[in-house]
Amino acid sequence: MFESANIHHTMANQSKEVLYGLYNDEQVLLQAVHKAKADHLEIMDVYSPFPVHGLDEAMGLSESRLHQAGFVFGAIGTLTAFLFMTWVFTRDWPIIFGGKPYWSIPAFIPITFELTVLFASIGMVVAYYTVCGMAPGVTNPTLDDRITDDKFCLAFQTNGASQQEIDKLKSFLTASGAEEINAKTI
Amino acid sequence: MSAAVSPIREPLIQGSKTYHQITEDICSPTERTPSMAWIIAFIVASSGLALYVFCLIWTIWVGIGSWNLNRTIGWGWDITNFVWWIGIGHAGTLISAILLLFRQRWRTGVNRAAEAMTIFAVMCAGQFPLIHMGRLWLGFFIFPYPNTRGPLWVNFNSPLLWDVFAISTYFTVSLLFWYTGLVPDLATVRDRAKGLRRKIYNFLSFGWTGAAKHWQRFESLSLVLAGLSTPLVLSVHTIVSFDFATSVIPGWHTTIFPPYFVAGAIFSGFAMVQTLMVMTRKVLNLEQYVTLEHIESMNKVILLTGTIVGVAYLTELFVAWYSGYIYEQFAFYNRVMGPYWWAYVGMMSCNLLSPQIFWFKKIRRSVFWTFVMSIFVNIGMWFERFVIIATTLARDYLPSSWSYYVPSWVEIGLFVGTLGLFFTLYLIFSRVAPVVAVAEIKQILKVAGDQYTGTNAHKAHHAKGAGVHH
Repeated sequence: MFESANIHHTMANQSKEVLYGLYNDEQVLLQAVHKAKADHLEIMDVYSPFPVHGLDEAMGLSESRLHQAGFVFGAIGTLTAFLFMTWVFTRDWPIIFGGKPYWSIPAFIPITFELTVLFASIGMVVAYYTVCGMAPGVTNPTLDDRITDDKFCLAFQTNGASQQEIDKLKSFLTASGAEEINAKTI
Repeated sequence: MSAAVSPIREPLIQGSKTYHQITEDICSPTERTPSMAWIIAFIVASSGLALYVFCLIWTIWVGIGSWNLNRTIGWGWDITNFVWWIGIGHAGTLISAILLLFRQRWRTGVNRAAEAMTIFAVMCAGQFPLIHMGRLWLGFFIFPYPNTRGPLWVNFNSPLLWDVFAISTYFTVSLLFWYTGLVPDLATVRDRAKGLRRKIYNFLSFGWTGAAKHWQRFESLSLVLAGLSTPLVLSVHTIVSFDFATSVIPGWHTTIFPPYFVAGAIFSGFAMVQTLMVMTRKVLNLEQYVTLEHIESMNKVILLTGTIVGVAYLTELFVAWYSGYIYEQFAFYNRVMGPYWWAYVGMMSCNLLSPQIFWFKKIRRSVFWTFVMSIFVNIGMWFERFVIIATTLARDYLPSSWSYYVPSWVEIGLFVGTLGLFFTLYLIFSRVAPVVAVAEIKQILKVAGDQYTGTNAHKAHHAKGAGVHH
C-alpha cells in the first residue's frame, strides 16, 4: 500500500525528470507495460483516465491493504459503541427502561452497527487520501492535461540517465505504440 | 470489465463515443453559461427555498403552535415529510452500492446523479425531526455528550435515538462515497479549465493524478464502501420503521414494517431518480448516456418494489382481520373507511395499481409515461406515510380524544420549501459537477458502447485495438 506513496514522498523535494509516452488505447498501454517489465525497464508510474484492468498485475503492484485497515477501523467502531453504551447503562447512570435489564444487549445492536459502518468508512476514506498524498487544495504535479481525458501515460524517470539510456527508452516507447513522446521536469 | 457480454444486451452508451467525446459531452454543461430552462428552474427552486427559510423562521419565532398538530395527532406533515424524504434518499446508495456488488453496468449512467439526489434528500429529511422538536437551539441534546446534567445520557434503547445515529451515519457515508467517486471527474474538469476556474477545481479534486496505484486503491475503497453501504441502506429505513413498529399503537405495532418500509423507500427513491433523470438527460443532452435501457431497468425496479409494497398493504389488512384483535381491526377499517379514506385511495391507486402498467414494455420505454408515473409514485408514497402516521393517530383508543388534522400554511410551506431546497441543490450540482460518472462510463465503453455491442456492433470486429474478444 505504501510503495508508490514512498516514492512520491522521497522525491518530493527534488524535481523529477520524466520521459513519458502517451497512448490512445488502454490495451496498447497494457501490452507496453508487459513489454517494459519483460525488458527490465524501471517504470516510474502509469497514469490513466480510468482504472485499467490487469494493469496492477502487469506493473507488479501488490494488492491494496485498504480493506484490512477498514476492518480495523470498523472493529474500533463496534467496540466504542458497545462498550460506551455498556458503561453508561451499567456503571455511570443505570436507568430501567420498560422493566428491561440494565445491560439490554439487543437494544444496543442498531447503534453498534451504525458506528461500525461510520468508523470503517471515515477511517478508510481518510487512510485512502493520506496514503495517496491527496487532500483539499493539494496540487500534485501532472504530466499532461489529457491524462484525465483520453490519454494513457507510461512514464520513466530519467534523472541521471545517459543520452544512450534515454534514446533506448524513446525507441521502446515508439515501438510499443506510443502516439506521443515527451519529456518534462516535475 | 472484460467479462463476456451477450450480444443481445442492449448497448448502454449510444452514438459510437470515443473517450474524448465522453469527456466533452459530460463535462461541457459545467462550462457553458446556463440555459434559459435552467435559469427559470433555478428561480422557481430558489423561491421555494426562500419560502422554506421564511416558514422555518416563523416556526422558530412563533413556536410549534403555528402548526395544526393537537393532543391526539402529535405527528403530522412533519414526520410524514421526514419519512418521505428519507425514503427518497435510498435510491442513490442502492444504485451505487447494491448494483455495484451485483455488477449491473447500467448503474454507471445514473449513479452519480442518484447519489447526489440521495444526499440532498437526506438533507431535506433531516430538517423535519430537528424543527419538530420545537426548540431547535437545544437540538444538540440528541447527541450523547458529557453534560452538566449528571451527565444524564440519551436513551440508547430508543428507536428515535437509533434514528439519529442511522441517519447521520447514512448521510456521512453517502457523502464520502459520492465525493470519492467525484474526485477523478473533478480532476477531468480541472484539466480542461483555465484561470480561476482551474484553481477552484484543483482545490476540489484533491490533487488527483490518475496514477495506477491510486486507481487500485480507489477501486478497493469503492468496493468496501459499497459493501458497507448495502447493509447500511437497509438498516436506515428499518430503523425508521422501528420508530413506529416498537410503539404500541394499533396499526404501527407490526413486524412487517421493516421490509415494507425498505421496499417503499427503494420504490419512491427510484421514482425520484426517474423524475430527475428524465429532465436532466433532456436538458443536458445526455440521452446517449442515460438511455431508454436505463429508464426501462429502473421502471422494472419500480414495478417490482411497487408490487412488494402492494402485497404488504394487503397482508396488513389480512393480518388485521385474522388477528381477531378488535383494536387492530378497527385501525385498518379506519384507514380504508375512516375520515382519511381519500389518502388511502391515493396511496393504493398510486403505489399498487398504477405501476402495474409497467408490465407493458412499450410503457416502460416511454419517457412520457415514465415521467408521469414517477410523479404518481412520489405522490403515492407521500400518501402512504400520511396514512400510516396521521390516520392512525386520529382514531386512538379513546373516542373522546378522536380528532382530525389539517395542516396550517406553515406546515405546507415547510414541505413545499424543502422541495425548493432539494431542487436548488440539485440544479447547482448539475452546473458544477459532471452529472454522469465520466471515468466509469469510459471504463464500460468497450463492453457497453454501441459500436462494440448490440445489433449495430459489427464495426467492432474491425476497430483498431478494440480489446473485445469474441
